[in-house]
Amino acid sequence: MEVAEHTPLTPLPPSIVEVDERGARRTLRDQIGRLERELGQAVIDARPGVLGAPAEAPARGGPRVLSLGELERVRDRLADRLQDVRHELIARATEQAAWRELLERMLLAPGRYRHVRVRNADLGMPGCTTYESVPRLGLVGVLMGWWQVKVSSGCPLATGGAPALPL
Amino acid sequence: MSTSEGWVATELAEEFPRLGVVWMTVEARPGKTPPGVRQRLRDLSSRFRGGTAVAMRQDPVPWAYRVFFRHIGLDPDVNRTPVEQAAVDRLIAGEFRSRNLVDDALTIAVVETGVPVWALDADTIEEPLGIRTTVAGERLGRGVEATPVASGRLAVADPAGPLALLFDEVADAHGVRSETTRMTLFAVRVSGVPSIHVEEALWTCASVLAAR
Repeated sequence: MEVAEHTPLTPLPPSIVEVDERGARRTLRDQIGRLERELGQAVIDARPGVLGAPAEAPARGGPRVLSLGELERVRDRLADRLQDVRHELIARATEQAAWRELLERMLLAPGRYRHVRVRNADLGMPGCTTYESVPRLGLVGVLMGWWQVKVSSGCPLATGGAPALPL
Repeated sequence: MSTSEGWVATELAEEFPRLGVVWMTVEARPGKTPPGVRQRLRDLSSRFRGGTAVAMRQDPVPWAYRVFFRHIGLDPDVNRTPVEQAAVDRLIAGEFRSRNLVDDALTIAVVETGVPVWALDADTIEEPLGIRTTVAGERLGRGVEATPVASGRLAVADPAGPLALLFDEVADAHGVRSETTRMTLFAVRVSGVPSIHVEEALWTCASVLAAR
């Protein structure tokens, strides 16, 4: 009988199971809290891009004490979302690095990048500054091969309200 | 006038040790928003910009409510926390739009402290308030306007029954009406939200209501 009490098939007393589950739920809640903080930071880092939340239907369950399985699903969804945001950030950083490299090459040899335009948004910077390789003195520059990078700063002035939408 | 700490059902207190409801009852009537409160809302609008809204989710108090939302099965990106909902409304409307004294007081409290506050008609409820789970067959609120509620939902309740699901609108029968003369303001405290913030939210709300 002594052996039988310790076999894996012997059910544990309910109180022990409950205490263990509560501990597991607490651990999951801590993990959710940490993931939420990291996700918040990642979303802030992602500005000025748009990294909206995935479109989901409103929760139908209402506020309740989640089971272990439900908490695990919440944690896993958060972890997936964080991974998606980080991947997007990495992809964007790679793209911006490529634009910066292009701008550097353009500044060194404007004639090799004729009419190429780089915007601040491409570089991941705020503002409306653009860098464009243009001929110096217009047609003369084109004929003579005199090219320069023109920096135009500032956002365009507002020019009245938006056109009315067609009915 | 002072704040009171409500009760929390034992099984919930074991799951969420810092969960609590704090309330205070004030002599106040609803009505039009006085000019001073409108100005306060305008000042708040000018201090609150897009960057503030984005960075808000990293601030300790809004973050704590976001995390608690996830803990209780609400997705804060879908069912926004009250402070984030106020922020979104501000960005869409271009200002914290004045509606009436009670709603404006609640808006000012949540934006200034991050802690949401709800108002009840004090004469329609019994004290003390508490948080518990609903049971089968219960209805939200009392009277003919009471609506059925699923069991196992977290609710703010008085000794007679649930008054509102957590972080949701209060039941119609207990909301502030034009004939209300006393209001019970309550706030829900969660882990990560210092009690002083909860108190400040209630006092902020009470002071705005007293400005009439």
